[in-house]
Amino acid sequence: MIDLRNICRHFQMGDQQVRALDDVNVHIETGEYVSIMGPSGSGKSTLLNVLGLLDRPTAGTYLLDGRETTSLDDEELAHTRAGKIGFIFQSFHLIPRLTAFENVELPLVIAGVAPEERRPRVQQLLASLSLESRSKHRPNELSGGQRQRVAIARAMVMQPAVLLADEPTGNLDHVSGAEVLAAIEGLNAKGITLLVVTHDAEVAQRARRHIRMRDGRVVEDAP
Amino acid sequence: MRFRDLIRLSLDSAVRARMRSVMLLLAMSIGVAAVIALTSLGEGARRYVADEFQALGTRMVIVIPGRSETGGVSPGMLAGETPRDLTLGDALAVQRLPGVERVAPVVVGSAPASVGSLEREAPVMGSSADLQPVHGFKLARGSFLPPGDLTRDTAVAVIGSNIARELFPGREAIGGNLRIGDRRFRVIGVLADQGRMIGMDSQELIIVPVSAAQALFNTESLFRMLIQAHTRDDMTRVRNATIEAIKLRHQGEEDVTVITQDALLSTFDRIFTALTLTLGGIASISLAVAGVLIMNVMLVSVSQRTSEVGLLKAIGATRAQITALFLTEAILLSVAGAITGLFVGFGVDWIVGNIYPSLPLSPPTWAVVLAIVVAILSGVVFGLMPARRAARLDPVAALAGRR
Repeated sequence: MIDLRNICRHFQMGDQQVRALDDVNVHIETGEYVSIMGPSGSGKSTLLNVLGLLDRPTAGTYLLDGRETTSLDDEELAHTRAGKIGFIFQSFHLIPRLTAFENVELPLVIAGVAPEERRPRVQQLLASLSLESRSKHRPNELSGGQRQRVAIARAMVMQPAVLLADEPTGNLDHVSGAEVLAAIEGLNAKGITLLVVTHDAEVAQRARRHIRMRDGRVVEDAP
Repeated sequence: MRFRDLIRLSLDSAVRARMRSVMLLLAMSIGVAAVIALTSLGEGARRYVADEFQALGTRMVIVIPGRSETGGVSPGMLAGETPRDLTLGDALAVQRLPGVERVAPVVVGSAPASVGSLEREAPVMGSSADLQPVHGFKLARGSFLPPGDLTRDTAVAVIGSNIARELFPGREAIGGNLRIGDRRFRVIGVLADQGRMIGMDSQELIIVPVSAAQALFNTESLFRMLIQAHTRDDMTRVRNATIEAIKLRHQGEEDVTVITQDALLSTFDRIFTALTLTLGGIASISLAVAGVLIMNVMLVSVSQRTSEVGLLKAIGATRAQITALFLTEAILLSVAGAITGLFVGFGVDWIVGNIYPSLPLSPPTWAVVLAIVVAILSGVVFGLMPARRAARLDPVAALAGRR
């Protein structure tokens, strides 16, 4: 499913070169549930961005579903993101002027799916996340947990193969966090590949495989 | 992305940012309204003048003594010869030309007019019975100069309404005696109020037979000769024949200027069209300013919505789609501004038109089209740079809210 080989990502900061990722090799099978942990600046977010095709590695190869991605142009990357990858962010990244329904619908709108086809898909997803009564609300009228569940619905609406979650519970209280984790773990149980980047050891422990990073390198990769 | 979704999303974003959109709308609509209102004014002035000329009567050819043309020095001028005067004889000769319906010789001057102890200075015009149809004078009461031999000096006068009021206060002017200079005239008619006509106020005018005016001002020469052709098609023929006839009478010297009303009208037309273009050009500057404002506001919008752009990229929007979203928003705003401006511009026309009913206010079609096209174009041109900036944002930095 995901195959990273000798991935490097270097930044130039002033006259210093920062090695955010330094020769990373990771192989992830379809349906895995992986947590990525590490201190700040260890490169875990950069790794997630590279996996999500938002960032390009400086060196190395990244095969997604057996397809080499480092040579794709911007437009091909956008289409691949749209079709294969779902994102969940710590700060939700919902568009404040759109309702919950419209936020979830957005990836379908961008992909040019017909309105009559969009409606049942969005409604079904909102229902599965117990949000059907909130579909006409805007983000500022929703609780943190509800917002993150709207974000999950948005990530899932294109039926991606991989769900990338960057500190999904970071802005949530314990109860809401548990709900959100339960929701994404439910998706994993149905076969989606789930990667969670987190600071929280308790959250990380729930995964079946744990990757630990330090200074841009994978220092531990164990079940 | 579907076109309807593109419009809906852009419109939504514009409507949500109310203050920003209202500002843009205002700027754009002021620009468009300025173009409409100012060009209306220029066009109104042009039509006003054109109407004035129409009121003078169509089919008019005007003969002015002296050659008013630049170029070449004639032998006559070198010999120190002054151009010959235009005389009543010339008028009679022109009268006999084919295609000529009427000829009104005109002598003008100013003389003291008095009735008893009441006296005032008044412009005096000497002419013939033909002046009335040629020039379009209307009478309030009485009759105009009697037709007949131009060289006969009849002591009758037609006076303007102000003259009648001032010199015959509280009594009927017609039949009364009027002294102009050292000659006595009987008033036979009073002119209707027609406002100013070619620089002459018909209320303040005294009209007498041409030979009487010549005697009064002690001159043989005419100030003007107004010719009316039978039809509009005759005008060029009449013009050329008049020049030939007078040249013949003036020993082969072409020493008069003959202008047709059309030529006069087209000169004014050119002047006022230039004026309208200038006004339109000045007003378009405000459109350009509005365009710069669009760019400014859209740039701010892009930086405020950086993380939104990042998200759009994360969920699979291409550069072209993000460019399209921001560009569509800019274009929608400028189109809305243009439409608002049209309403405001026509509203101004309507209001001014009600205050000055004599001014025919309506913008020329080209100005309306130009204003709308320039407004939309500036939306495209000035919206493109911010839209491209948004599209080029790095998704990772944009998601973090950095640019």
